[in-house]
Amino acid sequence: MLRIVLSRTLPRISGISNCQYSAAAIPVPNAQPEVHYNKLFINNEWQDAVSKRSFPTINPATGEVICQVAEADKADVDKAVKAAREAFRFGSPWRRMDASDRGLLLSRLADAIERDTAYLAELETLDNGKPYAVSYSVDVPMVVKCLRYYAGWADKWEGKTIPIDGDFFCYTRHEPIGVCGQIIPWNFPLLMQAWKLGPALATGNTVVMKVAEQTPLTALYVASLIKEVGFPPGVVNILPGMGPSAGSAITSHMDVDKVAFTGSTEVGHLIQQASGSSNLKKVTLELGGKSPNIIMSDANMAEAVEQSHFALFFNQGQCCCAGSRTYVQDTIYDEFMERSVERAKSRVVGDPFNMKTEQGPQVDEEQFKKILGYISSGKREGAKLMCGGGVAADRGYFIQPTIFGDVQDGMTIAREEIFGPVMQILKFKTLEEVVERANDTKYGLAAAVFTKDIDKAHYISSGLRAGTVWINCYDVFGAQAPFGGYKYSGNGRELGEYGLDNYTEVKTVRTPSPPQYCRIKCSGPIGNIS
Amino acid sequence: MPVPDLEVQYTKIFIDNEWHESCSGRKMPVHNPATGDLLCEVEEADTEDVDKAVRSARTAFQLGSPWRCMDASDRGLLLNRLADLVERDRLRLATLEALDSGKIFLMAYFVDLMATVKTLRYYGGWADKVQGKTIPVDGEYFTYTRHEPIGVCGQIIPWNFPVMMFAWKIAPALCCGNTVIIKPAEQTPLTALHMACLIKEAGFPPGVVNVLPGYGPTAGNAIAHHMDIDKIAFTGSTAVGKLVQKAAGDSNLKRVTLELGGKNPNIVFADCDLEYAVEQAHSGLFFNQGQCCLAGSRVFVEDSIYEEFVCRSAEKARNKVLGNPLVPGVDQGPQIDQKQFDKILELIESGKREGATLECGGGPWDRNSLFIQPTVFSNVTDDMRIAKEEIFGPVQQIMRFHSVNEVIQRANATHYGLAAGVFTNDIDKALTVSSALQAGMVWVNCYNAMSTQCPFGGFKMSGNGRELGEYALQEYTEVKAVTIKISQKNS
Repeated sequence: MLRIVLSRTLPRISGISNCQYSAAAIPVPNAQPEVHYNKLFINNEWQDAVSKRSFPTINPATGEVICQVAEADKADVDKAVKAAREAFRFGSPWRRMDASDRGLLLSRLADAIERDTAYLAELETLDNGKPYAVSYSVDVPMVVKCLRYYAGWADKWEGKTIPIDGDFFCYTRHEPIGVCGQIIPWNFPLLMQAWKLGPALATGNTVVMKVAEQTPLTALYVASLIKEVGFPPGVVNILPGMGPSAGSAITSHMDVDKVAFTGSTEVGHLIQQASGSSNLKKVTLELGGKSPNIIMSDANMAEAVEQSHFALFFNQGQCCCAGSRTYVQDTIYDEFMERSVERAKSRVVGDPFNMKTEQGPQVDEEQFKKILGYISSGKREGAKLMCGGGVAADRGYFIQPTIFGDVQDGMTIAREEIFGPVMQILKFKTLEEVVERANDTKYGLAAAVFTKDIDKAHYISSGLRAGTVWINCYDVFGAQAPFGGYKYSGNGRELGEYGLDNYTEVKTVRTPSPPQYCRIKCSGPIGNIS
Repeated sequence: MPVPDLEVQYTKIFIDNEWHESCSGRKMPVHNPATGDLLCEVEEADTEDVDKAVRSARTAFQLGSPWRCMDASDRGLLLNRLADLVERDRLRLATLEALDSGKIFLMAYFVDLMATVKTLRYYGGWADKVQGKTIPVDGEYFTYTRHEPIGVCGQIIPWNFPVMMFAWKIAPALCCGNTVIIKPAEQTPLTALHMACLIKEAGFPPGVVNVLPGYGPTAGNAIAHHMDIDKIAFTGSTAVGKLVQKAAGDSNLKRVTLELGGKNPNIVFADCDLEYAVEQAHSGLFFNQGQCCLAGSRVFVEDSIYEEFVCRSAEKARNKVLGNPLVPGVDQGPQIDQKQFDKILELIESGKREGATLECGGGPWDRNSLFIQPTVFSNVTDDMRIAKEEIFGPVQQIMRFHSVNEVIQRANATHYGLAAGVFTNDIDKALTVSSALQAGMVWVNCYNAMSTQCPFGGFKMSGNGRELGEYALQEYTEVKAVTIKISQKNS
């Protein structure tokens, strides 16, 4: 039942045309890429942790240890913050650099990553479990595009001169905030690193980044490229470590000016509290979601089924914006369900280094158990198991693509973020009803509607309380378009021009302007200025 | 070091990514102004060639064409790739530029070519950041704007900074998705033609950029009058700028932007750093053999430091080294051609005749060449021709002033309004004067400080519209507002 399914998954990601990434174009991967970097990266140097501790990073396809990685804790965070603060000092090379040169460095980093696409994709697949074909043709190219996008912004982020009342000359400077703590998750390790570094460095900040303990390897390799292309020491510091120790040290640090976190809503709460308890550092959060995907009766059925499948199952279901509540209009419910089940049953689960694999393992044992727990709750609370529902292999953390039907809004699987390959399909009757039910959640990250009717599309997209609304598509991303959540899904936006706001302090400068200039008249042949 | 024995590779007309001979069969001679030697002959474009190019550019602009369907970020990538290629061929381009235009090779390499690369990269970065808006209109509507390219853009560039002007023109145009027909100056077509070859190598689709060497009254005129060119951008003299504007009105009301001449005031107050001001005023005038629209050609010096300033300026001018532009250590090359040479000498004579004091120079450097001695006039009064007309040569005018209000008035008493300089340590004076001057660019304690991020353009008869910076994007964009009826609007 192996099928080549690349043509199904790939064109759904925007910016990448199908023809560019045919199976033939992807090189055969090395399933055992060598790990070159497993220490802390501070001040452009590789260092052991002060405590000398290390932790293992696991290959989720096999459950085996890939290697040990140095484990950062508070003492290391202190060192990194000192380095970042020094690099941010007024008069430092980084502060004095032409903005266009910051852009050039980001461009060079993009070039270096592009050069090492194959290796980075192998390492990403080894550490995270996502299919290599996807790492190679989606994750890494999107990283390159994101960095190039922000490279372009570096010398275009402009302040204003402002006509205030009175004899004043008034202007704003768009300054970097300072030392930025960035904590990134394990679901898109490389891409999340680029989303964070791009805007922060384009605007001139320095960074202390804690990468997820499940997936530290690709970020550390990128650190070596950061040094290679010429970023000054201390501008980017990368610390592998645990949330409660290293992550917490960053969020409560008195000399970190801002923290950006992507991860669970649960931890998001802790970060906001930590900011309040420490130095009121600026906080931006990209958290969880339980995104509604609404299928109207006039939708193109084949498209809707395929997109909805992709919306949930992409990346092993490990997407903050996964379309995990699929609302289908009653008149087409049965057909939609039948086709969705057929599609899910045909999903190829297996070795992520196999080019035919669509779904790899979940990232670790904790997630694996949690997802199986949700599946049990679904069965227990009366949802109808349509396919899957269990473990898919003897070793590693593989779960069968699972679909529940007859899901009610009150069920646990309809309210809580599962973060796994478990699809919930719910029935609705009217437009107004579904908008209300879709909004009845603490989350607000993304949403989608499938319909041919221009008015319905507009009504729904205006009515849904979600940071991204897709119409007749799903998971379409571009570095140019902002992404972020309403309500408990976070605050602030990443990507696009909007992403720059979060890394900028606006300084207003006013100086008395001598009143004489207002009253000068030029009596020559050219006319008056008064 | 310049490339020795450089052979000119590209001498034809570039249309649709192909090299063409001229429809008329005619060719134009291209000379090295430093030696008078013929460098080569280049195909001469005229009306029929312009028509061909417009057809090609129009096709490349069709809805559904590869250029129109391309991701904006990919347009940016192409511009960046072009920048990479210019960097690769930097030595060759700088040598070609120095041979063709007479400018100092080291200047061409470090200034012109650097600015060319930076401009291409800057606009490469803007391509996917040209954003429309969604707008909260009254009524049950969803309204948004699209920032579309204008269409086929005609661009006519001068001979004083050939390759840099080429980049200033094509970069914002291509960034916004337009297609281009560009006519380089007849005196200096060579680097433009090399750029055409790089444009093809970088991967721009055929018809997106077309390069037509030719003369103003024929090819340039055909572009300005063409009924199927949507916009024209011209850099050159104010006299021709007026013709371009008339032609647009006469033909299809094509959008017009102009970068024209200047008679730029450079105001030096007594409380400045004198030596630094002398040096800045000197390079502000003499850079590029005085052939800059920005040249600070009216240096207003405050009374109390006037004599000293004149003395030091004359000294600086006398020490300038003239010679072969390819040789390091040479400060000043030849003027571009006989016509300019004659015009400059004529104005120098008028200065002597009208009573200005000749401090140094005042004539040709040697016989049978296009070199002119660096010339300084003092005791210049505002009514003299050398104080009113753009000379475009190595001739510096130094005038005396007494008060702030007086100098502002005198500085503004011109039809031009391109640039201005102010030298003072007093923040109040700096702000007062810079606010009062009618000029598109004002420099405080510097001159000729330019950067791709900063807009460039003139007040009054120095032109309209701005090049460089974010501002240039407006000139290559057509805004379309789309309004869709919806059944219920919500905020």
